[in-house]
Parts: sequence; C-alpha cells; structure tokens
Amino acid sequence: MLHEPSTPAGKDPAAPYKMRLGLRMFAIYAFFYAGFVAINVLSPLTMATIVFAGLNLATVYGVALIIGALFEALIYDVLCRRKEAEFARGEKPQGDPEQSAEGKA
Amino acid sequence: MAIIVFLAFVIFVIGLSLYLGNRAKTVSGYYAAGGKIHWGVNGIAFAGDYLSAASFLGICGLIATVGYDGFLYSIGYLAGWVVALFVVAEPLKRLGKYTFTDAVDANYDSRGIKLAAAISTLVVSICYLIPQMVGAGVLVEPLLGIPQAWGVVMVGAVVITIVATAGMASTTYVQFLKGGLLIIFSTVLVGAVLLRGLSTQPDQGGMAPFYEYARLPATITETQIEVPEPGYTVLEQQAVKGAAVFVLLRHEGLDTWWAVAEKEGVITLNETQSVVVKADGQWINGAPASDTNQLRQVGNLEKINGETEANTGSISPLAFLAVLTSKDSTVQSWKTANFVDSAGQKTTVYYSVLVPGDRIMRPGLKFKVEGTGLQRLDFLSLMLALFLGTAALPHILIRYYTVPDPASARKSTIVAIAAIGFFYILTLFMGLGAMTNAVLNPADSNMAAPLLARSFGQLIFAIISAIAFATVLGTVSGLIVAASGAVAHDLFDRYLQIQMDDRQKVRAGKISAFVIGGLAILLGILFQGLNVTFLVGLAFAVAASANLPAIVMLLFWKQTTARGIAASIIVGIVASLTLIAFSPELYTLYGKNPLDAPIPLNNPGIISIPLSFITLIVVSLLTRQKPTPATA
Repeated sequence: MLHEPSTPAGKDPAAPYKMRLGLRMFAIYAFFYAGFVAINVLSPLTMATIVFAGLNLATVYGVALIIGALFEALIYDVLCRRKEAEFARGEKPQGDPEQSAEGKA
Repeated sequence: MAIIVFLAFVIFVIGLSLYLGNRAKTVSGYYAAGGKIHWGVNGIAFAGDYLSAASFLGICGLIATVGYDGFLYSIGYLAGWVVALFVVAEPLKRLGKYTFTDAVDANYDSRGIKLAAAISTLVVSICYLIPQMVGAGVLVEPLLGIPQAWGVVMVGAVVITIVATAGMASTTYVQFLKGGLLIIFSTVLVGAVLLRGLSTQPDQGGMAPFYEYARLPATITETQIEVPEPGYTVLEQQAVKGAAVFVLLRHEGLDTWWAVAEKEGVITLNETQSVVVKADGQWINGAPASDTNQLRQVGNLEKINGETEANTGSISPLAFLAVLTSKDSTVQSWKTANFVDSAGQKTTVYYSVLVPGDRIMRPGLKFKVEGTGLQRLDFLSLMLALFLGTAALPHILIRYYTVPDPASARKSTIVAIAAIGFFYILTLFMGLGAMTNAVLNPADSNMAAPLLARSFGQLIFAIISAIAFATVLGTVSGLIVAASGAVAHDLFDRYLQIQMDDRQKVRAGKISAFVIGGLAILLGILFQGLNVTFLVGLAFAVAASANLPAIVMLLFWKQTTARGIAASIIVGIVASLTLIAFSPELYTLYGKNPLDAPIPLNNPGIISIPLSFITLIVVSLLTRQKPTPATA
C-alpha cells in the first residue's frame, strides 16, 4: 500500500523548473564551499591574509559563505515564486522548455 | 533568579503541551501537527530544532578555546541548509507523509526500505540524543546546583511529557519559542560584549577583580629545577608528554603546580591551576575544594595591538574582530594536562599558553590543516559530513511534513537559513567574547556562553541558561518524535503491518516516546563527560552516509531500485559506525593509545558517504531488471 503525503500537495507544474534551478544554485554554492575547504587544506596560511578592514580571508570567506547562502536562497525563492505565479495565471512560462511537464506529485 | 526563570519556562512549556494536546488525537496530528503549521513559524522552529546544545554550548565553547576552528562548525552546519533547500525540501515534501521512511519508500512500498530506513532513523536519532542529554546535565549542575545525572533525568521527564501529550504540535511551538528567544537574547549578549569592549585586565564589569597569574624566575641543572626566590621549595617535577614540565612548589604551607617555560635560555615558572584527587576529596590550587575555593575563571588578552595594558571601550563588530585578528594582539589561552603525582594522586593541571591573534583567527589550532595528509583528509571528511549531513537528519526532515505544501517547505527553509545563519555569526562574537572576558571554566568549555552572560548580571544569565536548557528540551523533543515515528509508524505499522486504528497508532507513538525517552536518560547518564560537539559531528556523518545517498539518488536517478536504497542505507550505517568505533578519538575514550587505532581518521564521511553512493548504484544496476521493484 502506497502512502499519500500528510497534506495533499496537488500538481505542481513548476516542479521540474524548480528542481533544475535548485541543482544549478546548489552547484554554485558547492563550488564556493569547496573552494573554502580547498584553501584550508592546500594553502592554510593564505587564510591569514588580511583582506578587509583588518579581517583575514578566513573570517571574510566564512561569513560570506553564511550570508551568501541566504542571498542565494532569496534569489531562488523569487525565481520560484515568479514561475509559480506564471503557471497560476495560466500564462505560457518564459524560457522553460519543459513547461508542460508536471511535477512528480 | 535563574531557578525562577527556568521553572517559569518549564511550566509554560508543559502548559502549552497540554493545551495543544487535542491536536495529537490523529496520526497526522501527532507526527505532523496536522500539516497546518505556518511556514514562518516552521522556519523558526527549524532553527529551534537545529540550534541544539552542540550549537549554542558546544560551538561557543570551541570558539572560546580554539578560536576560528570552532567557527568552522558554524560554517559547515549552515552550508548544509543549502543542500536542504535546493535539493531536498520541496521534492521530499511531495513524497513524504510523516517520516523519512515514508519519503524514501513512497515510490516502492518495499519492506526492505522500511526496515533499513527505520533503523537508520533510530541510529541517527540516538547518536544525536546522547550529546543533547549530556549537555542537559552539564547545564543543570551550575544552574540549579544539582548533580548532572539529575539534570539528565529532569530533561528526560519534561521532554517525555511534551512529546507524549501533544507530539509534533507542541514540539513545534516549543521550538519556535526557543529558537526565537535564543536568537533575540544572543543578540543582546553580543551587544553587551561589544559595549564592554576588550581589555587586557577584564574584570567582568567590576564584578570579579582580574587575577594576575604569578611568574617566578628559575634555574635548571642537569636534573633539577631550582627557584632562587626565598620561601619557595621544589617538591617534585613531572614531565607530561605533549604538554610541558610541571613543578610542585611549597610556599607558605601551600603546595601548587607551576609550568616551566623557556625563552632564549631564560627559565620561568608560570602559576597554573590544579585539581588533585586526594583520599579526603578534591583539592583545588593547593587547598580543599569548597564553595569559596573553586577553579578561577580564565581567558584574557595579554596584549591588544601590542599594548600590555589597554582597554578599547565600546567597539564596533568589525573592530572587535580586527583586534583579535591582529598579530600584535595575544590571547592567554588555557590547556589541560593530566598525570599521577609521586604520591599516586590523580592530578589535573590547567596552564596558560600565549597565542597570537593571527593564529587564533585562522584554522589550525584544533584541525591540523598544516599537518600530515591524513590530518588534512580528516578535516576534509568533517567538512563533507557537515555539508551533507543536515539534509539527512530525520528530526529535521520530519519538519517538512508539518507545513501545508511544498512552497511552504521552501519558504520555511529560507526563514531557517536566515535565522540560523544570523545566529552562527553571533557564535563568533559570543565565543571570542568568552575567550577574552575571563569567564571560562578551564575544566569545561561547554558553559562558555552562559558564563559570559553571567558576567553581565544574574538576569541575563538566568534567561540565557533557561534558553540553553530549552535548547536541549526542544531538540530532544524533536529527536524523540522522529525516533518514536520510526518505531511506531515505520516498524509496527508499516513494516510489521500490525493492524491498528488511528487512536492505537497514536498510543503506540506515545509509548515509543516513553521508551526512547527512558533510553535517552540512561545514555545521557552513561556518556557524561563526552565532548558534545564531537558527538554531534559523528551523528552528521552517520546521517550523511546512511540517508543522503538514498534521498539524492531517489530524486535524481531514475534507475534507482528499492534494493539499491535499502542496501545503501545499511552500508552507510555499518560503514560509518565501524569507522567511528575504530577511530583514534574513540580509542582515546576506550583508554587505549590512539596511535593503535586501525582507522587513522576521526571523521568517517569521506569513506562512508561515497561507499553508500557506490553501493546504491551497483545494487540498483544489478537489480533493475526485476519486474516489480515493490517486491524488494
């Protein structure tokens, strides 16, 4: 017997777009996170370089990763909402070759 | 004051649970709060779930003792939410019902997946529960003046009440309150730290006079250290491998330990603090321990931008960090050495070392990123587990089922990222504030943030301690809901297919919560003294190894089969736990030489996560021709 979601989610025609967008944004963040870890492992003394207002690269990069996550999340939300609104209004979505695809739900 | 604030909070939380109890009469109400929680509330509740004892107590304590290396946990924990938002949030909400098992099993109806995922949920939840309960004991001891074990029992009893009365609904609102209060009062605390500024002689705002540790000149012969200063007699000396040489001096009838330091051929003895276990009890700094003779609080700046007597006054956040980053600033940090003295008495010495600011504010004091290839690999492994672990924690995943739709799941994750990210930036200031304000207990770094609060007065200490306690309550509640779901819903209802009506299912969940709560109390007492943050890091590694490959491949690889998922979960659990069990850190816990550990890594993720992915791919490819994937 297959279970249904706790609340019926309904069809989400924007799901494929959101999934692709999410993967792209994840790849961008993962690139910067990997860069941070790589500098720590391969050239740890570089992290001591003063880069801004007396702060070193370790602090600036670390805080940037935290703030950057929120910044990217907000952009993701705006783009997702825009696409959801397009479908809600029944418009033909722009720039989405898989616009007719439905979400898995 | 602390007791009143604490009791008021506990009474309020239990009252709220009883009030919300009527929402827990159905399975959906008990496990998913009916799926009706607002995304904003759920986002802050996410923060409440996530900002556990490890975050508030452990990370602040780590930053206070090893500087930037503690902040690496903040960065890794927050980065994990990116995986949760971009990869997991909406698809998981569409797939799942109440538990992680429901989600991974949604397209298969496989008994193998049900069993493997339920076991994984239980294992990860218990790995995560242990440090929370240990943290509860650590907190309650100074707050209420009762033994740690009673603190663990108290937390367990309150949490069982919360979970058993109203399940996910009360857990959510407790988390919302706690998450919100934690962020607000941490901001207040950081504001107070910046208003006070930095000083080379911190006196807790005039409440505790700064203690200047003495230094004595000494000479050294081939075998003997001698002190020319009249009135001092050398009684014995101990060389501790990896630490320093310590000398026991008698002066005016008091026996105290001193650390030997050598600079450019000049020998100096530096005063330390010590705890000696004698037949008649503990002796602290040469005298019997008592209410008035305890270890002194420590941690200060020896130099601020090259000056030995300086006070910055109120300081901006950037200037605060810049002062501590300067190579001309020096922090007096504290280390621990253990040995048995010549009388056979167990002795612990706390001794200071001077660390330049540019060393404090870059990686390397804890994680040996400048060390061997293996040490760097260990660091890489930790950062990988932190990045991938968040999106695989069962008590985080079940929160996606408490909101009405996938868009709400997304929005609540963004609120969580904002709240958690802001808090993690605050941890840097709280940790460094504790490091430099002479508030640290040299024997236990976990209390850094509450003790920093105490230096600003009893009221903020009471509030911060009550919130810290609530932090433990909230996280343990979420973990017990997740674990009871694994037992009652995944195992009893879905794997064993025991016929139960809705009311019986809720009752089974509540009974499971009681049993798991009892187990948590027992484990919390058994594991007293373990490092809270280290244990949470391991829970992340187990979660990332066992659950994440299944979630990711299920969503993005169409050839994934039920057997592939079940196999990857089991391999992930077994591999990560085995690697942990034979790691150097665990060998130290067993009382063995860590160099004898067969696995040279402390963090298993770099091996166990790829192994789990490979297992899923190989088994799926081998079993993809099966006509019905639902028969695994």
